[in-house]
Amino acid sequence: MEIEPSLAAGTAVVPPRSRSEILKRSAIVALAVAASLAPLGLSDYWINSILIPMLAMGLAGVGLNLLMGYAGCVSLGSAAFMAVGAFAAYNLLLRLPVLPLPVVMILAGLIAAAVGVLFGLPSLRIKGFYLAASTLGAQFFIEWLFTNFPWFCNYNLSLVITAPRLQFFGWNLRSPQGRYLMVIVTTLSLVTLAYSIIRSRIGREWIAISDKETAANIIGINVGSRRLLAFAVSSFYCAIAGILWGFCYLQTSNAFSFNLDKSFTILFIVIIGGTASILGNFIGAAFIVLTPIFLDLAVARLGLTDYVNIGVTTNLQRVLFGVMIIYILIKEPNGLYRLLQRVVTSLFSQYRRSSAV
Amino acid sequence: MDLFLQTLVAGLLAGVMYSSVALGFVLIYQASGVFNFAQGSMVLLTALTYVSFVETGAPFWLALLAVLAVMVVCAVFIERLILRPLANRNPMVLFVATLGLSYIIQGAAQLAMGTDVHMLDLGIADDSVQIGNLSLSKFDLFATATAIVLVAVISFVFNRTRIGISLRAVADDVVAAQSIGIQLPRIWRIVWSVAGFVALAAGLLWGARQGVQFSLTLSALKALPVLIIGGFSSMPGAIIAGLLVGATESLADFYLGPLVQGSVSTWFAYILALLFLLIRPTGLFGERAIERV
Repeated sequence: MEIEPSLAAGTAVVPPRSRSEILKRSAIVALAVAASLAPLGLSDYWINSILIPMLAMGLAGVGLNLLMGYAGCVSLGSAAFMAVGAFAAYNLLLRLPVLPLPVVMILAGLIAAAVGVLFGLPSLRIKGFYLAASTLGAQFFIEWLFTNFPWFCNYNLSLVITAPRLQFFGWNLRSPQGRYLMVIVTTLSLVTLAYSIIRSRIGREWIAISDKETAANIIGINVGSRRLLAFAVSSFYCAIAGILWGFCYLQTSNAFSFNLDKSFTILFIVIIGGTASILGNFIGAAFIVLTPIFLDLAVARLGLTDYVNIGVTTNLQRVLFGVMIIYILIKEPNGLYRLLQRVVTSLFSQYRRSSAV
Repeated sequence: MDLFLQTLVAGLLAGVMYSSVALGFVLIYQASGVFNFAQGSMVLLTALTYVSFVETGAPFWLALLAVLAVMVVCAVFIERLILRPLANRNPMVLFVATLGLSYIIQGAAQLAMGTDVHMLDLGIADDSVQIGNLSLSKFDLFATATAIVLVAVISFVFNRTRIGISLRAVADDVVAAQSIGIQLPRIWRIVWSVAGFVALAAGLLWGARQGVQFSLTLSALKALPVLIIGGFSSMPGAIIAGLLVGATESLADFYLGPLVQGSVSTWFAYILALLFLLIRPTGLFGERAIERV
């Protein structure tokens, strides 16, 4: 059978730094600056309901993408690792009051990474659907663990967790602006880290493995340990995203906030945004966060509020996501990111042509 | 000892239900190499459609035929709109596409027929029958009989009819099958329809057991560990693994559950499959793939 670009990588070539690369970098920096300044000009609604969930889910997308788009293992259990992150951070904050928030986040990420390696062990022997199906084990087991053992939520009767403290060297981060600051700083640093991982030897070896495992083996890449590393890094990212989702967006969460549906949502973010593209994950996250808001707006605008209840919009949303997934897979395997890229390039060349005249 | 036997047999009978869902997966995987994640949603769709027809006052047979017709129409659309444009793409792409498909089916089915829990009555009383020291549920026995008939019919079709043999030819070598004049789109339509019929059988059995509702799709997901253990491409594997998962799950719930203060049945099958994978990655009856550069 001939090999063709799969879901994973294949297309994830790391190009040399060209002029377009410099352009892209400056665009990213501009976006980052704009995002950091957002709280100055935007209402609390925008910050709370759009920007924070978008960035948190986008970061979870980056986590899955490192595993799926680069290392080529599909996981259906990403939300479980978000849960591990949130619950680990909760317990660390609560039980070890000396630790500052950033240290807690890193420790929680490392705990999730260890759990990720544990559930990634089957990847040493299997891949593809078998691996995808077995990651469901992580999802169901971890969800069960956090609902059945009240120790994890400090014997809270309704099994929910809330950040015991959310401060950075004395600054309280509980206000919308504070939480946003926490989200944007974390996201930006982790995205920068992700870019360097991809460009490093590790990233290139991941791509080699997902392109052709046997060939990667022959040129001396230790496939098994690299896969486990991918699981660890991916779980670390998901855990941090889980902390942001649980503490900064939901503020009060439980195991059910990180259920199977959330895992699928993260997978959809990666596919819709574009596999093997970090920026694409945030575009995918924007799509996922904005679609329900647009649906609600459309319902209100069309005056259908009396006929349409929440059940209808959630199901409409499901259909929309499903259609979008299949459409993207058929028409634009590299996702909305590539679509956007093409639009920008064509606009740019048009502009250049018109200015040349 | 009696208690052990009782738990074991109840588990085996529950395992039959898992097998019935797993069969649908295996059918599609064998004939098209697609790992159809939407099988669980198809179970929900068939059960919902059946209940909706019955609630309008249609008799059993008419409702059954109507659902079969719906599944054939679905198969035609799925082949035309999803499988054909994605033909020859990487299997993982097709897998994710079926995940999207499962969202569409769940959303559309519930949009059209509502999200209420429906009762489904097949007219089989859930009495217990005493056999020796064991008391067995009549309904479970009926489910087992249905599954046996289903497997018998499917293996007859697969081994003895012209269509079945062309299905196997496609599974064996797509290009060779096409070169002797087997039409791929037709095969896909047929196999997805048959998977729809299998989903109907599973949907009716599960629906009568736990009511027709969204959680049916979650129960159907339990077929995945069954598939991992049995191997994706083996029908006997699906049956035996289904029984194995059913039995161990019910035993684990009975003996392990009290130790951890709660039911372990949500995850036990998956962890069992995980452990199994470490020992035998290709499943009980799967074939070992040979990789070439």
